[in-house]
Amino acid sequence: MIELDYDTIVIGAGPAGLASAIKAKELGLKTVLVENKDILGGIPLQCIHPGFGLQYFKEDLTGTEFIYRLFDKMEKIGVEYLLKAHVYSVELVAHNEKVVNVITPKGIMRLRSKTIVYTVGAREKSIFEINIIGDRPGAGIYTAGEAQTLMDLYGILPGKEIVIVGSGDVGLIMARRFALEGAKVKSVIELMPYPGGTMRNIVQCLQDYSIPLYLSHKAIRIIGNERVEKVVVAKVDENLKPIEKCKFEIPCDTVILAAGLVPNVSILEKIGMIMDPCTGGPMVNEFLETNVPGIFVAGNALVVNDLVDYVVEQGEQAAEGAFYFVQNNGLPTINWKRVVRGRNIRLIVPHYISGERDIILYARVQKPEKNVLVTIPEIAWKMKLSNVRPAEMIRAKLSKTTLESARFEDKVTVEVNTQ
Amino acid sequence: MKMKVVIVGAGVVGSSIARVLSMYDNFDIILVEKEPDVGWGASKANTSIIHPGHEEEPNIHPHRAKLCKEGNRLWRQWARELDIPVKWPGELMIFYNSEEEKIARKYIELAKSNNIPGVRIFYQEELRKMEPSINPNAIGAVYAPTAGIISPFEAVIAIVENAVDNGVRLLTETKVEGIKIAEGRVRGVMTNMGFIEADIVINAAGIYSDEISSMAGVDSGFTVRPRRGEYLLFDEDIRIKPERILHTIPTPISKGVYAITTIHGNLMIGPTAEDLSVEAKEDTSTSEIGLEYLWNEAGKLLREPPSRTKVIRTFAGLRPEPPDGHWLIEAYTEPFGFINVAGIRSPGFTSSPALAHHVVNLIKAKYDINLVMKRKWNPYRSDIAKVGHMSLREADKLISENPDYGEIVCYCKTVSKAEILEAIKRMKKIGLKTVTLDGIKFRTGAGLGTCQGSFCRCRIALLISKYMDMPLHKVVVKKKPYGIGEVKELLKTERSE
Repeated sequence: MIELDYDTIVIGAGPAGLASAIKAKELGLKTVLVENKDILGGIPLQCIHPGFGLQYFKEDLTGTEFIYRLFDKMEKIGVEYLLKAHVYSVELVAHNEKVVNVITPKGIMRLRSKTIVYTVGAREKSIFEINIIGDRPGAGIYTAGEAQTLMDLYGILPGKEIVIVGSGDVGLIMARRFALEGAKVKSVIELMPYPGGTMRNIVQCLQDYSIPLYLSHKAIRIIGNERVEKVVVAKVDENLKPIEKCKFEIPCDTVILAAGLVPNVSILEKIGMIMDPCTGGPMVNEFLETNVPGIFVAGNALVVNDLVDYVVEQGEQAAEGAFYFVQNNGLPTINWKRVVRGRNIRLIVPHYISGERDIILYARVQKPEKNVLVTIPEIAWKMKLSNVRPAEMIRAKLSKTTLESARFEDKVTVEVNTQ
Repeated sequence: MKMKVVIVGAGVVGSSIARVLSMYDNFDIILVEKEPDVGWGASKANTSIIHPGHEEEPNIHPHRAKLCKEGNRLWRQWARELDIPVKWPGELMIFYNSEEEKIARKYIELAKSNNIPGVRIFYQEELRKMEPSINPNAIGAVYAPTAGIISPFEAVIAIVENAVDNGVRLLTETKVEGIKIAEGRVRGVMTNMGFIEADIVINAAGIYSDEISSMAGVDSGFTVRPRRGEYLLFDEDIRIKPERILHTIPTPISKGVYAITTIHGNLMIGPTAEDLSVEAKEDTSTSEIGLEYLWNEAGKLLREPPSRTKVIRTFAGLRPEPPDGHWLIEAYTEPFGFINVAGIRSPGFTSSPALAHHVVNLIKAKYDINLVMKRKWNPYRSDIAKVGHMSLREADKLISENPDYGEIVCYCKTVSKAEILEAIKRMKKIGLKTVTLDGIKFRTGAGLGTCQGSFCRCRIALLISKYMDMPLHKVVVKKKPYGIGEVKELLKTERSE
């Protein structure tokens, strides 16, 4: 077995991991980036549509272009990385010592490190998780990500009559992608009374191609013996229960699931990490450090983001946290203040702040509202927004000066109020 | 001259018969299966229990009682010989009130008359010590220590691999459409792939065994009804997983609802028991009513109900249900050479090895054959080496011999490229015409985990496409291809129109 020592191990080489490894190396940490595929870059590599990097690079790039920008940065600075390297388990030895067991074609590697930055991203929900019953024909059911991989990495067309379940951004983008290939996108089915994706994608991916969106509808049942033949859909009431009278069938050969992402945290759960049921990811402080000292989490493994720019930003924050940890042999003792979810806040990250430095808050609302004030009453902070929607993450940068008064509080509450 | 035997159906019953017959020099054996792979009927989607045999009425179902007990014993040997994953945690039939306790006591008597070892009742405190996951409302349970849990689909694959190794020929995607009979004797079977000559035809067609039986013109009126059983399967990391097999008191149509930890480490709840019409032989759909019933039963069985967010799969299987629950096991003289092993409902899986020996004895006695053992019969088969099942040190050694073991394809279940390639090789070796993604899943476990294949399915398809030298979109998932063509396919057609 090969044994090596590092200051930080970045697990997962998507945008969060790339950004984190670059930043860690810049800060002078002995860093290795571990990726289980045979190529770095993660999911954006297969995203041939634009919308990446408007904030980070101040340019509208495709996912692939965005990742290549990061590759350029990485090459300049020379980050060590491993491909086809599958993280099998993590052992906690001491507060400043972890061992990451990695399976690689060169053999088992035991990587010892002071810190870990965990950036493995999210996974997609399956038909079973969203309680779709009926047949399991095997052929004709794909997650949106799988369909995208097939089409844009391997040039395979999954089907020609498409029903998309879930109106998250991935689903909307795939609706357009299929339409561009000449497939008939029959409809996009959304359980909630509002779309799951950004307004920009509703317009550019559905309206521009006249693809119908059924809000407040649920895909109940799949029918098909050897391949999908139809989907049974029903309108739902205000409790999201299907209304028996409002059931109908949509003939199709393909069902694309875009029913949401779940942070991929299975390895972390095994080492007793505390998770936030609202985000599905770990509970973190403003360094993005989890309850396990020296393990940091960023990107979609922390909270499902809608912009790659935020993912990269979190990756860099986590690297800075790791740097601070390595320098001080652990993060200092801080009287953490809990960030509490107030009115119309579904989730918020980070969960703990110190009030001693600048932070960035990422939050999502429960329901759409117009002309609102996002406020933190404890520190008399407010931010005016003309629109809040569950699909669009609220990002707020709070300076150390703003947070000063929070130092005397136990908690700060983030809430959304209509004006 | 060897006797030509055609076995119809490569489920656990047909495969077991093939294996036992392959011990003898007397036969040329062809195992015929309509599906692309073996064990895709009732053998695949069931509760995966090796039953002790204390639930069978010896006076009403003598075959079931005798062969279940004998099968339970034989599976220990078969699992060792064939490297089939199995464990023997014992089972607890739980009762919640004195009415149920009365019924439960009946099984102590049945255990006595069937000679099943170690069956006894445990109450309250002792019961909770034995099985901490149990619902505290349980007042007691009938404990049967000989119950086991097996991987049913891997078992059938192992048996077939061994049978083929011992000379059995497997013909998949071959559907029997008729039986040729002349001068009162079986002459062969008509199939979609042509005529296959046979002196003996053994009907082990499970849910379709009534149709095959009527092709031979015997036992008119014999029907097999599909009894549907739905299941909930949970992620490995769910908090409460029973160590022992837990189940509720049997009802007239089912053995009760079970809560088990499968051989792959998942909590599984099921089955329901719903009789479908004789024609509904392919209806393995799940239903809202069925799954809700299971959620309710899960709450009754376990200390706390499983979390709804931890379901990774729901599925249903069809069990063959013969009239009055009677297995139809008969070697006919009219037509001579036709054998029914039909309507093998529960405890069919458990009984299969014993059933196979029983059928061979039947052939010997009924057709007056002097059985001659092969001099070289190989009882052994080993499983694909699995990186996820070994220590890191063992894995390291294996990788140094073959780096493909170090390339992980399925992240949830830690399945390597080498395992996928070995599965493809073995599928070709037993003679499968189509290497399906489902077939790879059942052999390696790739795609059985949390993400249900959304990360690995396309990479496995790539490996199949490469090693079977076929276009990626034509790789078959279960019965139909993965994609319809290449990107631009539809635009091309449009233009040509």
